[in-house]
Amino acid sequence: MAQITLDNITKRYPDGYEAVRHMNLEVKDGEFVILVGPSGCGKSTALRMIAGLEDITEGELRIGDQVVNDRAPKDRDIAMVFQNYALYPHMSVRDNMGFALKLRGMDKNEINEKVTEAARILDLEQHLDRKPSQLSGGQRQRVAMGRAIVRDPAAFLMDEPLSNLDAKLRVQMRTEVSRIQQQLGTTTVYVTHDQTEAMTLGDRVAVMRAGLIQQVGSPMELYNEPVNLFVAGFVGSPAMNFMPATVEGDTVKLPFGDVKLPSELHDAVRDHHGKQLIAGIRPEHFEDASLVGDARDHGTTFTANIEVLESMGAELYAHFTVASDATIESQELRELAEDAGGGEVPMAGEEGRIVARLEPASQVKVGQEAELWVDATRLHLFDPENGVNLTVEQGAPPATTGDGAAAGEGAPATDTEETAVRPPEGESST
Amino acid sequence: MSEKHTARERLLWTIGILVVLLYALIPVAWIASLSFKTPEEIGDKKFFSGFSFENYDIVFSDDTFIAALINSIGIASIATFISIVLAAMAAYATSRLDFTGKTLILSGALAVAMFPPISIVGSLFEMWRSLGIYDTWIGLIIPYMTFTLPLAIYTLSAFFREIPWELEQAAQVDGATPFQAFRKIIVPLAAPGVFTASILVFIFAWNDFIFANTLTSTDAARTVPAALAFFTGASQFEQPIGAISAASVVVTVPIIIMVLIFQRRIVAGLTAGAVKG
Repeated sequence: MAQITLDNITKRYPDGYEAVRHMNLEVKDGEFVILVGPSGCGKSTALRMIAGLEDITEGELRIGDQVVNDRAPKDRDIAMVFQNYALYPHMSVRDNMGFALKLRGMDKNEINEKVTEAARILDLEQHLDRKPSQLSGGQRQRVAMGRAIVRDPAAFLMDEPLSNLDAKLRVQMRTEVSRIQQQLGTTTVYVTHDQTEAMTLGDRVAVMRAGLIQQVGSPMELYNEPVNLFVAGFVGSPAMNFMPATVEGDTVKLPFGDVKLPSELHDAVRDHHGKQLIAGIRPEHFEDASLVGDARDHGTTFTANIEVLESMGAELYAHFTVASDATIESQELRELAEDAGGGEVPMAGEEGRIVARLEPASQVKVGQEAELWVDATRLHLFDPENGVNLTVEQGAPPATTGDGAAAGEGAPATDTEETAVRPPEGESST
Repeated sequence: MSEKHTARERLLWTIGILVVLLYALIPVAWIASLSFKTPEEIGDKKFFSGFSFENYDIVFSDDTFIAALINSIGIASIATFISIVLAAMAAYATSRLDFTGKTLILSGALAVAMFPPISIVGSLFEMWRSLGIYDTWIGLIIPYMTFTLPLAIYTLSAFFREIPWELEQAAQVDGATPFQAFRKIIVPLAAPGVFTASILVFIFAWNDFIFANTLTSTDAARTVPAALAFFTGASQFEQPIGAISAASVVVTVPIIIMVLIFQRRIVAGLTAGAVKG
């Protein structure tokens, strides 16, 4: 058990490419922290630096209270679960799990005891004498977990451990991973590109992009108060809707109509009057106008032609398009769109598609005009220049969320500063 | 072949296989048949005539042949061992590390393999004589090792490359030193590759005639292929065809045995299941 501190860590390759830049992160003892981001954002590199498989160019890495920058992986007391499991194919499950203990020179009986115990936790008892090649994907994944568990290390590092499983198994193992981590209470750093995994698993989530941490916070913090366009577009499924917006007086002009801003939002964008901004609205902040009760005056109603309706039983997704006479250009949104088809941004003269999540009781019909309502208090406004979310206090102490345990002292503040001063053209991430 | 094949396809396959087998095995079978004939039967142009071990008696009572057999086994084994150890380390380095001069080493190895042995055997003869290793085991082991290293390096690095690097990293995280990771994870997994390379190297050393003929002069280091060329048989007045055939069979058998033993390990495909299958 230990806390892991990344203090201004940078990874620079010999060709000058910086995979990870000035990363600050504090993982508390027993905490489950997720590094999430699109491919190539540096999350795996960061994890491999913690493991010692990758050299650290600059900065200081501490596990517990010791600086481990120059320690070999074997001297760091960490266990790692690899994306492709990396089970030793010539060893039985038992030997795979006991390998680390055997290397440590532990007594045979003791090894056996620990392996059996881990096998019990993971429900692998009847497979102990089989070879990895005889196991199914999920079983191999559990052996990989078992190999980490038996060692009782200071920390678990997991590099996309579930991405090789099929969808159903992945959800099942996700719960399993969470259960095991809670049961053992071992500090865990978990890398994934899947935002759903990140949101469901982590105590805290660090969203990364192009080698920089964009935001660190609890899943709800990231969801409700994304500091920039990237985090807003990356977190959440279906993704946040983005559209061009202009603030005039106390209203904001959106493609589907003018929305009166609540006073807090109005204050936040005071300096941006008349400028082109990007508005972000989560699908669930739309509603069928006829189903909105008292809340109606928090927002604005408008009519839209419903093109597609997806009924999921508990919820209803209505797709419609809005015409916009303005262009919005943002590197971050383009990246998101490239990565996962995240934010749909209307280009000049094009129509933007919007997804609204409605109550299943809604009577809207495909191909018909429907009266929808949008919650103006939940509107996000972003500066297209640098992607900063104007409606969230930048660099504010994380305590504003009321969840003190969720944030490391000072570190997130530094990260958001980093985000705020980042020049928009400097991002040529792949 | 699955049962989906039609009768005609099966017939063609059978004929094809038979042709290949006959083409490959008839010379061997002919030598074997000759080795069991008495001198009188040698010229009878029949596959099966008499059956006697006379030729084998002659071969095994010949001190020169026994000495040559021992030389062959010793020299080929030692050359194989050294070559494989060096090649394993070189192949491991070239497949895992990125260092300056890596391409140079690999192309150098290839260049060595391209040299026809005959082009250097003359100068080796002079050099070995002045160095005093002419007609010694070491005098043959060195060229065998040199000429087989490139082949062994290329074969082994292909196998090492197949082994996922994560396995080694997993071992390191598990607490292994780089050497422990190499010995306990990589070497066992590369075993099929090591056996394949060993067989190829061994066969090269075992079959070589040019170096053996040029760099030896006595029973001290002369190997079987060279010794066979000097073979006289029981008396100087008869053609030693039967005895040579018997000797040929004797030198072929170890190779066949070796291949049969290692074949299983080669086919075993140990890496199956290392990563997601």
